[in-house]
Formats: sequence, C-alpha cells, structure tokens
Amino acid sequence: MKEALNIDSIDIATRAARLRRSILRMTTAAGSGHPGGSLSAVDIMATLFFGGHLHYDPMDPLWPGRDRFILSKGHAAPVLYATFAEIGYIPPTELVTLRQLGSRLQGHPDMRKLPGVEVSTGSLGQGLSIAVGLALGLDMSGAGSAGSAGNASDMDRAVDDDSAVGTSNAACMDGTVSADTATSEQPIGSSVRVFVLLGDGELQEGQIWEAAMYAAHRRLSRLVAIVDNNELQIDGAIRDICNPHSIMAKFAAFGWHAVSCDGHDPHDISRALAEAISFEQGPSVVVAKTVKGKGVSFMENSCAWHGRAADRQQCAVALAELGATEIQPTGSKGDNV
Amino acid sequence: MSEKRATRAAYGPTLVELVQEGLDVVAVDADLSGSTTTAVLGKSYPERLFNVGVAEQNMIGVAAGLALSGKIAFSGSFAVFGTGRAYDQIRNTVCYAQLDVKVAPSHAGISVGADGGSHQMLEDIALMRVLPNMRVLVPADYVAASAALHIAAHTSGPFYVRLGRAATGPVYSDRSSVRLGRANVLRSGNDVSLIACGAEVEQALAAAEMLEGAGVSAEVIDAFSLKPLDDETILDSVSKTGWAVSCEEHSIIGGLGAAVAELLAAHPGIARRGQRFIGVADCFGTSGQIDELFAKFRLDARSIYDVVVN
Repeated sequence: MKEALNIDSIDIATRAARLRRSILRMTTAAGSGHPGGSLSAVDIMATLFFGGHLHYDPMDPLWPGRDRFILSKGHAAPVLYATFAEIGYIPPTELVTLRQLGSRLQGHPDMRKLPGVEVSTGSLGQGLSIAVGLALGLDMSGAGSAGSAGNASDMDRAVDDDSAVGTSNAACMDGTVSADTATSEQPIGSSVRVFVLLGDGELQEGQIWEAAMYAAHRRLSRLVAIVDNNELQIDGAIRDICNPHSIMAKFAAFGWHAVSCDGHDPHDISRALAEAISFEQGPSVVVAKTVKGKGVSFMENSCAWHGRAADRQQCAVALAELGATEIQPTGSKGDNV
Repeated sequence: MSEKRATRAAYGPTLVELVQEGLDVVAVDADLSGSTTTAVLGKSYPERLFNVGVAEQNMIGVAAGLALSGKIAFSGSFAVFGTGRAYDQIRNTVCYAQLDVKVAPSHAGISVGADGGSHQMLEDIALMRVLPNMRVLVPADYVAASAALHIAAHTSGPFYVRLGRAATGPVYSDRSSVRLGRANVLRSGNDVSLIACGAEVEQALAAAEMLEGAGVSAEVIDAFSLKPLDDETILDSVSKTGWAVSCEEHSIIGGLGAAVAELLAAHPGIARRGQRFIGVADCFGTSGQIDELFAKFRLDARSIYDVVVN
C-alpha cells in the first residue's frame, strides 16, 4: 500500500495547472488537436504520476522495473506529452512542436518516435487488450525461469534480417526508437503494474469488453484501468449517442473490482487508485467522473472542444484563467512549459 | 517423405520446437486451437498458450501486449477472422508499432472446402501485403510452413504466415531451402514462368509436367516470400521466358499476381508477352470438396495448362 492519503495535493494542483497550460499552448501552436479530453484527464494523470502511484525513473523512460502506462484514448496525447515534460522525459520547449512535420510528438502517441510511450495508440478500443497481454507477459516473466531464459535467447535473434524488408521500408523507419530497444525486457519482479486510461466514449468499442472479459477470467490483479468519464464524445453526450448506463455496474458484472471517484479531486483519485492497486483478486477499474475541458470556462462540458484547438485569442483567455503570468500560446520563460 | 500434409499441421509442433530452442514464444488463439494446432503448444507448455475465446480483436491486442513484455507472440484463428476481423488491430497496433507479433492463422484460401464462402479467405494476402512493416510468407508444404514459422520467430517485427487446411504433397525436404526474401526455382524451363505460392505450387508443378507432354518447357517458381519479393529471381526467369503466369489460391486482386505485375510494370520490356493470372476472379467461394473447388475456380493444374497453351 502506497502513501495514498498523504499526497501533497498542493503540489499536484500546481502540476495540474501547469499541465493544463501546456495543453492549451501546444494545441494552439499546432492549430489542431484534442484539448477537451486532454483537460478532463489532467488531474487523473497528475495524481497517478506525481502522487506516488506510478513507479518510473525520470532519468530513464525505458527502466525495466517501471509500471506501464497505456493511453488507450490516444487522442489525449497532449496530456501525455505535458506529463512527460513535467517528468523530464522531454524538454518543455519541445511541446510546441506537437503535430508538426518531424516532431516526436505525433498527433497520436507513437512509441517508435518517443521513448516513454509504452505503445502507439490512436485507434480507440485497443489499449485494454494490449494492457491485458502486457500483464500476462509480466506474470510469466515474474514467475521465474521460463521467461528469463527466453529473454536471454531473445538477445540472440537475427534482428539484422530486418534489412531484408528492403530499402523502402527502411526509409519509413526514420524514428528514434528502434524496435529492439523498446521491446526488450529484463526479467522483472511481480510488482510491476499496468495502468490503462480509457475514454468513456471508447467503451462503445466492442473490443473493450472482449478484453474486460478475458482480464477478469485471468484474474489480472496487476491491471488497473481508469475511465475518464467526462460523459461527452465527438458527436454529443454519450447518453444521447449510445448510452453505456452504469459503467461501474458493467465492469463489476464482467468480474472487475470497480471504484468510483471525483476525477478532479487529487485526494479522491488517490484513494480510488490505492484501493484499485491493493485489490489482489483480479483486475480493477477506477471510474473517474470528470468534466470535459476542465479548467477553461468556455471549454467545460462542451463537445465542440473535443477535437478543435483554441485560436490565439481564446488561448490567451484560457491561459489567464489558468493562472498563467505569460499568455503567449507558444510558451515563455517564467512558466517552464 | 511423400505423404500429403496440411501446412497448418506444422504450426503447433513448430512452436514447441521454437520453445525448446530457447525462444520465448507464446501463442494466442481464439477458440480454434485444435484447428490451428496451437493446442499442441498448449499441451507441452500450457502457460504459453492463451485462449481468449471467440474474440479475434482481443486476440491480436493480447498478442501485442505479450510482445511488448518481450515475448515472441503468434496469433491463431482462421485467416478470415484472424486477418479480416482484426485488421485495424493488425494495422494500428502490430504494424504501426512494429511489434513482435506473428499473424499465422490457418484455413486461408478456397481449400477450407465445405464450410463455404464465409470461411474461405481469398483477400488475406492483399490485406497483409499492403501494410508497412509486414512481411508475408506463403508456404507451399509442411516443411516450408515450419521454415516460415522459424523465420518469423527468428526475425523481429510483424509477419504474416499463410497456413491452409488442404493436405498438399511435399515440395521441400529441408527447411534450409526456404528463406526470407528468396523465391525458389523448382523446375527450370524456357517457354513460360509459372510463379506460384502456397497450395498452387503443387498445381503448377503438375501443370509443368502436362505442358512438357505438349512440348512446352515451363519454369516453376515458388514465390514463398511474397514480401519481400525476390525481384531478381522473378525478373531473371521472365526475361528468359518472356511471360509470367501467376498462380495463387487467392483473389486475383492484390495478391501474388498483383505483386508480380507491379514488379514487371516497373521493368518495362522484360515481360514481352505479358502476364496471365490464375486465381479466384473477384468472387466469393462456395461449399464443395477441395478438388471440386480447385476445378470450379480454375485453380487446378489443368486450368494452368489451359491458360498456357491457349
């Protein structure tokens, strides 16, 4: 059990405000992106990463002992990149390259371009299955000799045969993260957890429930899903488009341990995460009630800001609301992101 | 060995071999582990077979997650579901992220037989071939299937290995003759290049025998490695014979025939007499016995012979 109820909520609130300003600045600089669903997830991300729940090494995004975090709602990439800048994985000045040609900060997260992205996402509904497979693999590796023996031989594999694909393929692989670096693993212990952040609209994907059924069947206690329950999707309110009714009851019926929380209260998020993490009989889900666009008055509870960036004037208004001392969208000295 | 065996029969036993070699191989199947033969792996190594139930999208996602944890993950199911139903998962997770997932479903092609058109996958090569980072191997016999699975396991990144239900006669005696990026000239000839893959290799070899009786010298090439394709071997053959007949148990759109046509189009003047296509002509299959279906859809040796002599 981690220090769940002793989190420094002032520190988390400070970091959350900085994440929000980063999201605004980078999406406005890009001229596109998804501020609404990034802003709704800010307090979840801040509490998860800076409240002591997720274990990682700020100096090494590929540290084998790290907990894994998968952003299944990949369109919320800005909140992930802002979090990476807050951790120190990327320089804050890089954030404004979002969505530009040559940037590591792709419109949706690309693990082959940016270390720290556990897996490329963007097509909704897939992250939970990937998290299930990752948890199963960690179970095997943590279990003992079979996994570690296999990993040792893994190093001997003929990776050079990749060249046989031909030059055209090589030209596509201009990223900075080789297939080998990002997937090779050291034998790791049983304590590594797999967290996956889902959108509530994303729960309309059938694959989510295929994965939910199997995760419970395999009693994957190292798996913790978090639902960013902002109740809006691109075309409107989820209850009007295709109502999921009780997300808690649905997961519970699939055999998950379900916990709800206020997704903007670090103490409450922390309590829910601690409960989910400590549940050892199977997978857990934290259903975090959030507000889309949270923190920017004109974006809150509006699906119009799902996939549209603020213009420079709107961004300046938003930054002022978020307590920025410098309101240029492209960032400045004085506010480190 | 002269007995006929299905390429799918190599799947489970080869996975067991790979584990015994020390590779960290796992398989994920979707309630078809008996048909695909991944159950053979599960019998020897129960912890290495994951049966997710009837859920092909989850099957690919789970395989991707296992790959992220350092495993070499093979997927199962039938080709129609294991590629078609999980296409976006294969595209966006496996190929875009270049994960160590080897998509190797069984029951590709018309040779599924009596199950009919819903289960006869004739578009899988097209779907897999177009994906960046994906390598595509179409083995002609049991030995080549085992070789394909070994190549996929020993080479990092995504692979598609096309396995079938039909029992085919032996083409190879030794796994080492089958290599990534290499086509094999199985029979030399001067008058026409029969470029085949999978179960059609056996038909092309039989057609070449018949053609010899008619005074036509046919070269037979097994284009086992559809992607990367062995450009050099194919171009050398066609520049000698002047034309190609592509033979595949697949739609004539997007498969081996298309790959050969793309190659020949990029090298004008080589195929002086052009190319003909043996394959399923843009239609769905139907129930029947395998030999009946090969005749009906003009995939058998007689049909290849007819295309060449006419």
